[in-house]
Amino acid sequence: MAVHVDRYLRLHKMPHIWCPGCGNGIVLGALVRAVAELGCSRDEVVVITGIGCSARTNAIIDFNTFQTTHGRALSFATGFKLARPEMKVVVVTGDGDGLAIGGNHLIHSARRNIDITTILINNSIYGMTGGQHSPLTPAGSYATTAPYGTLEPVFDACRLVEGAGATYVARGTAYHVVLLQRLIARAISHKGFAFVEAVSQCPVGFGRRNKMRTPSEMMRWQKDHAVTVKAAAGMSREQLRGKILIGEFVNRNLPELTEVYGRLIREAQSRPGGE
Amino acid sequence: MLTRYSIELNHAWCKACRICVDFCPKKVFGVNESGRAVVVNIEKCVGCTLCELWCPDFAIKVEGSEQSGEAS
Repeated sequence: MAVHVDRYLRLHKMPHIWCPGCGNGIVLGALVRAVAELGCSRDEVVVITGIGCSARTNAIIDFNTFQTTHGRALSFATGFKLARPEMKVVVVTGDGDGLAIGGNHLIHSARRNIDITTILINNSIYGMTGGQHSPLTPAGSYATTAPYGTLEPVFDACRLVEGAGATYVARGTAYHVVLLQRLIARAISHKGFAFVEAVSQCPVGFGRRNKMRTPSEMMRWQKDHAVTVKAAAGMSREQLRGKILIGEFVNRNLPELTEVYGRLIREAQSRPGGE
Repeated sequence: MLTRYSIELNHAWCKACRICVDFCPKKVFGVNESGRAVVVNIEKCVGCTLCELWCPDFAIKVEGSEQSGEAS
Protein backbone atom coordinates (compact mmCIF):
# COMPACT_ATOMS: atom_id res chain seq x y z
CA MET A 1 0.00 0.00 0.00
CA ALA A 2 1.05 3.61 -0.44
CA VAL A 3 2.66 5.59 2.35
CA HIS A 4 -0.06 7.72 3.96
CA VAL A 5 1.10 11.29 3.61
CA ASP A 6 -0.93 12.68 6.54
CA ARG A 7 1.65 11.30 8.97
CA TYR A 8 4.08 13.88 7.57
CA LEU A 9 1.77 16.88 7.58
CA ARG A 10 1.07 19.73 9.98
CA LEU A 11 -2.51 18.74 10.55
CA HIS A 12 -3.54 22.14 11.89
CA LYS A 13 -2.72 23.54 8.41
CA MET A 14 -5.15 21.14 6.75
CA PRO A 15 -7.10 21.38 4.56
CA HIS A 16 -4.38 23.29 2.75
CA ILE A 17 -4.97 26.52 0.80
CA TRP A 18 -4.16 25.17 -2.67
CA CYS A 19 -7.08 25.35 -5.11
CA PRO A 20 -9.18 22.29 -5.98
CA GLY A 21 -7.20 20.01 -8.30
CA CYS A 22 -3.90 21.91 -7.92
CA GLY A 23 -1.00 19.63 -8.75
CA ASN A 24 1.17 20.97 -5.94
CA GLY A 25 -0.39 18.51 -3.52
CA ILE A 26 0.48 15.63 -5.85
CA VAL A 27 4.10 16.79 -6.02
CA LEU A 28 4.23 17.22 -2.24
CA GLY A 29 2.91 13.68 -1.87
CA ALA A 30 5.61 12.38 -4.21
CA LEU A 31 8.29 14.20 -2.19
CA VAL A 32 7.05 12.83 1.14
CA ARG A 33 6.84 9.29 -0.23
CA ALA A 34 10.30 9.59 -1.77
CA VAL A 35 11.73 10.57 1.62
CA ALA A 36 9.86 7.69 3.25
CA GLU A 37 11.10 5.30 0.54
CA LEU A 38 14.70 6.34 1.24
CA GLY A 39 14.19 5.65 4.93
CA CYS A 40 15.19 9.18 5.91
CA SER A 41 13.77 10.59 9.11
CA ARG A 42 12.02 13.92 8.78
CA ASP A 43 14.70 15.44 11.03
CA GLU A 44 17.36 14.76 8.41
CA VAL A 45 15.50 16.73 5.77
CA VAL A 46 15.08 20.47 5.43
CA VAL A 47 12.66 21.91 2.89
CA ILE A 48 13.37 25.47 1.82
CA THR A 49 11.02 27.52 -0.33
CA GLY A 50 10.72 31.04 -1.74
CA ILE A 51 7.43 32.75 -2.57
CA GLY A 52 4.41 31.60 -4.51
CA CYS A 53 2.07 28.62 -4.52
CA SER A 54 5.02 26.20 -4.47
CA ALA A 55 6.27 27.89 -1.30
CA ARG A 56 3.17 26.82 0.59
CA THR A 57 4.69 23.34 0.64
CA ASN A 58 6.55 24.10 3.80
CA ALA A 59 3.55 25.43 5.65
CA ILE A 60 2.06 21.97 5.32
CA ILE A 61 4.95 19.51 5.35
CA ASP A 62 6.16 18.55 8.83
CA PHE A 63 9.91 18.45 8.11
CA ASN A 64 12.43 21.12 9.06
CA THR A 65 11.27 24.01 6.91
CA PHE A 66 11.87 27.59 6.18
CA GLN A 67 10.34 30.00 3.78
CA THR A 68 12.61 32.64 2.37
CA THR A 69 12.39 35.56 -0.07
CA HIS A 70 11.12 35.45 -3.64
CA GLY A 71 13.48 33.44 -5.87
CA ARG A 72 16.16 33.22 -3.19
CA ALA A 73 15.42 29.83 -1.65
CA LEU A 74 18.57 28.43 -3.29
CA SER A 75 20.76 31.15 -1.77
CA PHE A 76 19.48 30.37 1.72
CA ALA A 77 19.79 26.67 0.95
CA THR A 78 23.42 27.14 -0.14
CA GLY A 79 24.26 28.78 3.20
CA PHE A 80 22.36 26.12 5.09
CA LYS A 81 24.06 23.25 3.25
CA LEU A 82 27.54 24.68 3.79
CA ALA A 83 26.83 25.04 7.52
CA ARG A 84 25.11 21.63 7.88
CA PRO A 85 26.45 19.42 5.09
CA GLU A 86 25.04 16.26 6.71
CA MET A 87 21.44 17.43 6.13
CA LYS A 88 19.39 16.59 3.07
CA VAL A 89 18.42 19.94 1.63
CA VAL A 90 15.40 20.16 -0.66
CA VAL A 91 14.30 23.37 -2.35
CA VAL A 92 10.76 23.49 -3.68
CA THR A 93 10.23 26.30 -6.16
CA GLY A 94 8.01 27.22 -9.08
CA ASP A 95 8.49 28.35 -12.66
CA GLY A 96 8.15 32.01 -11.69
CA ASP A 97 10.06 31.84 -8.41
CA GLY A 98 12.80 29.57 -9.73
CA LEU A 99 13.28 30.72 -13.31
CA ALA A 100 12.35 34.40 -13.39
CA ILE A 101 13.30 36.20 -10.19
CA GLY A 102 15.38 33.23 -9.03
CA GLY A 103 16.90 32.27 -12.37
CA ASN A 104 20.31 33.62 -11.48
CA HIS A 105 20.46 31.65 -8.23
CA LEU A 106 19.35 28.53 -10.06
CA ILE A 107 22.11 28.58 -12.68
CA HIS A 108 24.82 29.38 -10.15
CA SER A 109 23.69 26.65 -7.74
CA ALA A 110 23.86 24.24 -10.68
CA ARG A 111 27.29 25.54 -11.66
CA ARG A 112 28.63 25.03 -8.13
CA ASN A 113 27.25 21.50 -8.01
CA ILE A 114 26.21 21.96 -4.40
CA ASP A 115 24.36 18.98 -2.95
CA ILE A 116 20.84 20.42 -3.01
CA THR A 117 17.76 18.83 -4.53
CA THR A 118 15.62 21.36 -6.35
CA ILE A 119 12.07 20.45 -7.25
CA LEU A 120 10.68 23.00 -9.67
CA ILE A 121 6.92 22.75 -9.91
CA ASN A 122 6.08 23.92 -13.41
CA ASN A 123 2.44 24.99 -13.54
CA SER A 124 3.06 27.37 -16.48
CA ILE A 125 1.92 30.48 -14.60
CA TYR A 126 2.31 32.71 -11.55
CA GLY A 127 -0.60 31.31 -9.57
CA MET A 128 -0.65 33.02 -6.20
CA THR A 129 0.18 36.49 -7.46
CA GLY A 130 -2.68 36.52 -9.93
CA GLY A 131 -2.09 34.49 -13.08
CA GLN A 132 0.70 36.49 -14.72
CA HIS A 133 2.72 34.71 -17.41
CA SER A 134 6.04 33.16 -16.41
CA PRO A 135 9.16 32.02 -18.28
CA LEU A 136 7.41 28.67 -18.73
CA THR A 137 4.05 29.91 -20.02
CA PRO A 138 3.88 28.33 -23.49
CA ALA A 139 3.88 30.86 -26.36
CA GLY A 140 0.34 31.65 -27.47
CA SER A 141 -1.29 30.86 -24.11
CA TYR A 142 -3.35 33.36 -22.21
CA ALA A 143 -2.54 34.91 -18.85
CA THR A 144 -3.76 37.96 -16.95
CA THR A 145 -0.73 39.82 -18.31
CA ALA A 146 -1.12 38.30 -21.78
CA PRO A 147 -4.77 38.88 -22.77
CA TYR A 148 -3.87 38.33 -26.46
CA GLY A 149 -1.60 35.39 -25.76
CA THR A 150 2.06 35.28 -24.81
CA LEU A 151 4.62 36.04 -27.49
CA GLU A 152 7.75 34.77 -25.80
CA PRO A 153 9.40 31.38 -26.19
CA VAL A 154 9.90 29.35 -23.00
CA PHE A 155 13.00 28.01 -21.33
CA ASP A 156 13.67 24.32 -21.36
CA ALA A 157 14.40 24.32 -17.62
CA CYS A 158 16.11 20.92 -17.70
CA ARG A 159 18.46 21.82 -20.52
CA LEU A 160 19.17 25.14 -18.87
CA VAL A 161 20.38 23.59 -15.60
CA GLU A 162 22.19 20.84 -17.46
CA GLY A 163 24.10 23.49 -19.39
CA ALA A 164 24.80 25.34 -16.15
CA GLY A 165 26.40 22.24 -14.61
CA ALA A 166 23.74 20.28 -12.69
CA THR A 167 24.78 16.67 -12.18
CA TYR A 168 21.27 15.17 -11.89
CA VAL A 169 18.45 16.40 -14.12
CA ALA A 170 15.03 14.83 -14.62
CA ARG A 171 11.43 15.68 -15.43
CA GLY A 172 8.19 14.09 -14.30
CA THR A 173 4.56 15.16 -14.23
CA ALA A 174 1.75 15.13 -11.70
CA TYR A 175 0.00 12.55 -13.89
CA HIS A 176 3.10 10.31 -13.94
CA VAL A 177 3.24 10.40 -10.16
CA VAL A 178 4.97 7.03 -9.66
CA LEU A 179 7.80 8.10 -11.97
CA LEU A 180 7.93 11.49 -10.25
CA GLN A 181 8.40 9.87 -6.85
CA ARG A 182 11.21 7.68 -8.22
CA LEU A 183 12.97 10.66 -9.81
CA ILE A 184 12.72 12.70 -6.60
CA ALA A 185 14.12 9.79 -4.57
CA ARG A 186 17.06 9.49 -6.97
CA ALA A 187 17.60 13.24 -6.88
CA ILE A 188 17.74 13.25 -3.08
CA SER A 189 20.17 10.30 -3.08
CA HIS A 190 22.37 12.01 -5.66
CA LYS A 191 25.50 13.75 -4.41
CA GLY A 192 25.54 17.11 -6.17
CA PHE A 193 23.05 19.57 -7.59
CA ALA A 194 19.93 17.62 -8.52
CA PHE A 195 17.05 19.17 -10.40
CA VAL A 196 13.61 17.68 -10.97
CA GLU A 197 11.04 19.58 -12.99
CA ALA A 198 7.54 18.50 -12.00
CA VAL A 199 5.06 19.47 -14.71
CA SER A 200 1.90 20.25 -12.82
CA GLN A 201 -1.54 21.77 -13.29
CA CYS A 202 -2.92 25.12 -12.22
CA PRO A 203 -6.59 24.73 -13.12
CA VAL A 204 -7.59 28.14 -11.77
CA GLY A 205 -4.76 30.42 -12.93
CA PHE A 206 -3.87 28.68 -16.20
CA GLY A 207 -6.39 26.01 -17.19
CA ARG A 208 -9.50 28.19 -17.09
CA ARG A 209 -7.91 30.72 -19.44
CA ASN A 210 -6.55 28.10 -21.79
CA LYS A 211 -9.46 25.82 -22.67
CA MET A 212 -8.68 23.24 -20.02
CA ARG A 213 -11.56 23.74 -17.65
CA THR A 214 -10.96 20.96 -15.17
CA PRO A 215 -7.97 19.52 -13.29
CA SER A 216 -8.58 16.20 -15.04
CA GLU A 217 -8.37 17.81 -18.49
CA MET A 218 -5.02 19.27 -17.53
CA MET A 219 -3.73 15.92 -16.28
CA ARG A 220 -4.97 14.28 -19.46
CA TRP A 221 -2.92 16.87 -21.35
CA GLN A 222 0.15 15.72 -19.37
CA LYS A 223 -0.65 12.10 -20.17
CA ASP A 224 -1.11 12.81 -23.88
CA HIS A 225 1.93 15.04 -24.34
CA ALA A 226 4.56 13.29 -22.26
CA VAL A 227 7.10 11.07 -24.01
CA THR A 228 9.71 9.12 -22.10
CA VAL A 229 13.36 9.75 -22.89
CA LYS A 230 13.59 6.16 -24.06
CA ALA A 231 10.65 6.41 -26.48
CA ALA A 232 11.87 9.80 -27.72
CA ALA A 233 15.16 8.26 -28.84
CA GLY A 234 13.26 6.51 -31.64
CA MET A 235 11.15 9.50 -32.67
CA SER A 236 11.80 12.20 -35.25
CA ARG A 237 12.02 15.90 -34.50
CA GLU A 238 8.67 16.32 -36.19
CA GLN A 239 7.03 13.64 -34.05
CA LEU A 240 8.41 15.29 -30.91
CA ARG A 241 7.06 18.74 -31.71
CA GLY A 242 4.82 19.94 -28.86
CA LYS A 243 5.70 16.97 -26.65
CA ILE A 244 7.33 17.09 -23.23
CA LEU A 245 10.14 14.69 -22.46
CA ILE A 246 9.98 12.89 -19.13
CA GLY A 247 12.53 10.75 -17.32
CA GLU A 248 16.15 11.13 -16.39
CA PHE A 249 18.33 13.34 -18.60
CA VAL A 250 21.57 13.64 -16.64
CA ASN A 251 23.14 11.54 -13.90
CA ARG A 252 26.86 12.19 -13.55
CA ASN A 253 29.37 12.46 -10.74
CA LEU A 254 31.52 15.55 -10.41
CA PRO A 255 33.18 17.19 -7.39
CA GLU A 256 30.53 18.52 -5.01
CA LEU A 257 30.93 21.95 -3.40
CA THR A 258 30.54 21.15 0.32
CA GLU A 259 33.04 18.28 0.02
CA VAL A 260 35.61 20.38 -1.80
CA TYR A 261 35.01 23.21 0.65
CA GLY A 262 35.35 20.87 3.65
CA ARG A 263 38.68 19.61 2.27
CA LEU A 264 39.93 23.15 1.86
CA ILE A 265 39.02 23.99 5.47
CA ARG A 266 40.82 20.89 6.80
CA GLU A 267 43.86 21.64 4.67
CA ALA A 268 44.01 25.29 5.74
CA GLN A 269 43.63 24.32 9.40
CA SER A 270 46.46 21.78 9.15
CA ARG A 271 48.95 24.46 8.09
CA PRO A 272 51.08 26.12 10.74
CA GLY A 273 48.97 28.75 12.46
CA GLY A 274 45.89 27.42 10.73
CA GLU A 275 43.95 26.54 13.87
CA MET B 1 -17.07 -11.69 -3.87
CA LEU B 2 -14.74 -10.67 -1.11
CA THR B 3 -13.83 -7.04 -0.73
CA ARG B 4 -10.07 -6.94 -0.68
CA TYR B 5 -9.49 -3.26 -0.14
CA SER B 6 -11.02 -0.49 1.85
CA ILE B 7 -10.92 3.20 1.01
CA GLU B 8 -11.10 5.89 3.64
CA LEU B 9 -12.20 9.33 2.44
CA ASN B 10 -11.66 12.50 4.42
CA HIS B 11 -14.46 14.84 3.35
CA ALA B 12 -13.09 17.66 5.49
CA TRP B 13 -10.04 17.78 3.17
CA CYS B 14 -11.65 16.79 -0.16
CA LYS B 15 -12.12 19.77 -2.47
CA ALA B 16 -14.27 18.00 -5.07
CA CYS B 17 -11.64 18.20 -7.85
CA ARG B 18 -12.81 14.83 -9.30
CA ILE B 19 -9.32 13.57 -10.17
CA CYS B 20 -10.05 10.25 -8.41
CA VAL B 21 -13.45 10.00 -10.11
CA ASP B 22 -12.03 10.63 -13.59
CA PHE B 23 -8.83 8.59 -13.39
CA CYS B 24 -9.63 5.53 -11.28
CA PRO B 25 -9.04 2.70 -13.76
CA LYS B 26 -11.88 0.70 -12.19
CA LYS B 27 -14.41 3.53 -11.73
CA VAL B 28 -14.61 3.00 -7.99
CA PHE B 29 -15.61 6.60 -7.22
CA GLY B 30 -18.68 8.73 -7.69
CA VAL B 31 -19.63 12.09 -6.18
CA ASN B 32 -22.14 13.18 -3.56
CA GLU B 33 -24.48 16.18 -3.74
CA SER B 34 -21.62 18.53 -2.75
CA GLY B 35 -19.41 17.13 -5.53
CA ARG B 36 -17.05 15.37 -3.11
CA ALA B 37 -15.81 11.88 -3.84
CA VAL B 38 -17.67 8.87 -2.54
CA VAL B 39 -16.89 5.20 -2.99
CA VAL B 40 -19.52 3.55 -5.15
CA ASN B 41 -17.82 0.38 -6.41
CA ILE B 42 -15.48 -0.86 -3.69
CA GLU B 43 -15.74 -4.43 -4.99
CA LYS B 44 -13.99 -3.32 -8.19
CA CYS B 45 -11.00 -1.82 -6.37
CA VAL B 46 -7.74 -3.57 -7.25
CA GLY B 47 -5.67 -1.68 -4.69
CA CYS B 48 -3.47 0.15 -7.22
CA THR B 49 -3.52 3.18 -4.84
CA LEU B 50 -3.30 5.64 -7.75
CA CYS B 51 -6.23 7.58 -6.26
CA GLU B 52 -4.23 8.06 -3.08
CA LEU B 53 -1.08 9.07 -5.01
CA TRP B 54 -3.05 11.49 -7.20
CA CYS B 55 -5.26 13.06 -4.54
CA PRO B 56 -3.86 16.61 -4.21
CA ASP B 57 -5.59 16.99 -0.85
CA PHE B 58 -4.45 13.76 0.85
CA ALA B 59 -8.10 12.91 1.40
CA ILE B 60 -7.87 9.27 0.26
CA LYS B 61 -6.32 6.29 2.03
CA VAL B 62 -6.41 2.81 0.52
CA GLU B 63 -5.86 -0.17 2.80
CA GLY B 64 -5.54 -3.83 1.98
CA SER B 65 -7.95 -5.89 4.05
CA GLU B 66 -7.19 -9.07 6.01
CA GLN B 67 -8.61 -11.15 3.19
CA SER B 68 -6.24 -9.83 0.55
CA GLY B 69 -4.15 -13.02 0.59
CA GLU B 70 -7.00 -15.47 -0.01
CA ALA B 71 -9.24 -13.32 -2.14
CA SER B 72 -7.37 -13.54 -5.41
